[in-house]
Amino acid sequence: MASFFSYLINGISLGSIYAIIALGYTMVYGIAKMLNFAHGDIIMVGGFTVFIACSQMGLPPMVGVLLSVVVCTLLGVTIERIAYKPLRGASPLSVLITAIGVSYFLQNAALIIFGADTKSFRSVINIPPVSFMNGQVNISGETMVTIAACIVIMITLTLFINKTKAGQAMLAVSEDKGAATLMGINVNKTIAVTFAIGSALAAIAGVLLCSAYPVLSSTTGAMPGIKAFVAAVFGGIGSIPGAMIGGILLGVIENFAKAYISSQLSDAIVFGVLILVLLIKPTGIMGKVIQEKV
Amino acid sequence: MEKILEVEELNVFYGVIHAIKDLSFYVGKGEIVTLIGANGAGKTTTLQTVTGLIPAKSGSVKYDGKNITKVPGHKLVSEGIAHVPEGRRIFADLTVYQNLMLGAYTRKDKNEIAANLEMIYKRFPRLAERKEQRAGTLSGGEQQMLAMGRALMSNPKMILLDEPSMGLSPIYVNEIFDIIKKINEDGVTVLLVEQNANKALSIADRAYVLETGKIVLEGKASELMENPQVKAAYLSE
Repeated sequence: MASFFSYLINGISLGSIYAIIALGYTMVYGIAKMLNFAHGDIIMVGGFTVFIACSQMGLPPMVGVLLSVVVCTLLGVTIERIAYKPLRGASPLSVLITAIGVSYFLQNAALIIFGADTKSFRSVINIPPVSFMNGQVNISGETMVTIAACIVIMITLTLFINKTKAGQAMLAVSEDKGAATLMGINVNKTIAVTFAIGSALAAIAGVLLCSAYPVLSSTTGAMPGIKAFVAAVFGGIGSIPGAMIGGILLGVIENFAKAYISSQLSDAIVFGVLILVLLIKPTGIMGKVIQEKV
Repeated sequence: MEKILEVEELNVFYGVIHAIKDLSFYVGKGEIVTLIGANGAGKTTTLQTVTGLIPAKSGSVKYDGKNITKVPGHKLVSEGIAHVPEGRRIFADLTVYQNLMLGAYTRKDKNEIAANLEMIYKRFPRLAERKEQRAGTLSGGEQQMLAMGRALMSNPKMILLDEPSMGLSPIYVNEIFDIIKKINEDGVTVLLVEQNANKALSIADRAYVLETGKIVLEGKASELMENPQVKAAYLSE
């Protein structure tokens, strides 16, 4: 029983990281209608920024995290401006291939700059673990911070979208760009803001991921990126609550699969579940049925 | 009469298709002007070019004395132009209230916006009843009212209406045209595109008849209604 709780809580924590990454995927998809496959690599850039700032330059952890958010936000907006904006109106396939290209560019740029050896990342979280059930269940500081961060991000994002003008503009753009323009909304600016938010979230996810699993290389972001994409599709791509639910479910399923079935097969099980969900409900858990009007 | 909108020698292409050919027309301040014509005559394209959704190949669009031909669409709302697009294009997933507030996106003064909202609710009581409802659940007529209410939330000097009666029951059609007249009486200039030429001519001051991207007839609405050519082509019920 105690180990079950440990697996569950660690699963929720891992899932929270997936959820934070998935939010970026799903928001960009909802608003720009594109899959930004370079999103996972922003995580890696976020991790390296903290690594350089804290482990090499000796800056305090909070400064490192803030720096990482700033670097990733700028990077995300720059990528959108240079690589994706010129392709507005191009076929989705061209945009997808470009996104994959950006992903490889970031990975290989990191390889050249930082080398191929895996860096050991020092956690930025200095909170002691907490024990439950007479010490049978230990929850690390990283786990608690990750889950708390996820909850805070979810609440903030929901408030931002429902209560602010910029948030309402995002909803309008995601539904109908032409009609949004007629309201006086600058569609390009709204898309840029979406990339900025998604990339800032990726930076936070990068810090949390590297703190919980303290290794760092140029491909650190690739697998979590793909899993978060799966989480976004799982929850219903374009839906913000869907990304949260999808991410957390995915993390829990992955952790249980690792613990009770096989750690080698855990990824296969995760992707198997995705296939199953999509067979039963092609739009994902929270996805809405798209009605094509003639 | 002072011209609020002046379109000169406008040419628009869709790829190789020459959709709008040397189109020139004007709308005077306070007028209701209608563009009538068959499907594919270029009425919607004309409105979309005026509000910057489609780029013009050549020619100019002047609004309030300013050349707005190259001004991006989203900047025209704060200039006082509101465009109710064909097919209404309301935000179906958002509530009626959210739709209306998006109409006021470019405005800053909260008190003025609130007063405007009250006015819209008074003019369209059905929107007030359904303000918390998802806009996609409204009937066609209610959606048209929402689209018009949303446009009026920007407090425009001029409103462009694209086929407001499309797909509506006769009762709603009459109601919508009554509302257009009232909006105009409140001092808003109206540029109306309609396939229902009968109705459009009955409320308009002046009209232009479009055929395959060209103006073939123009004049006072009351005179065009009696024109045998117009009667034969557009008014046969």
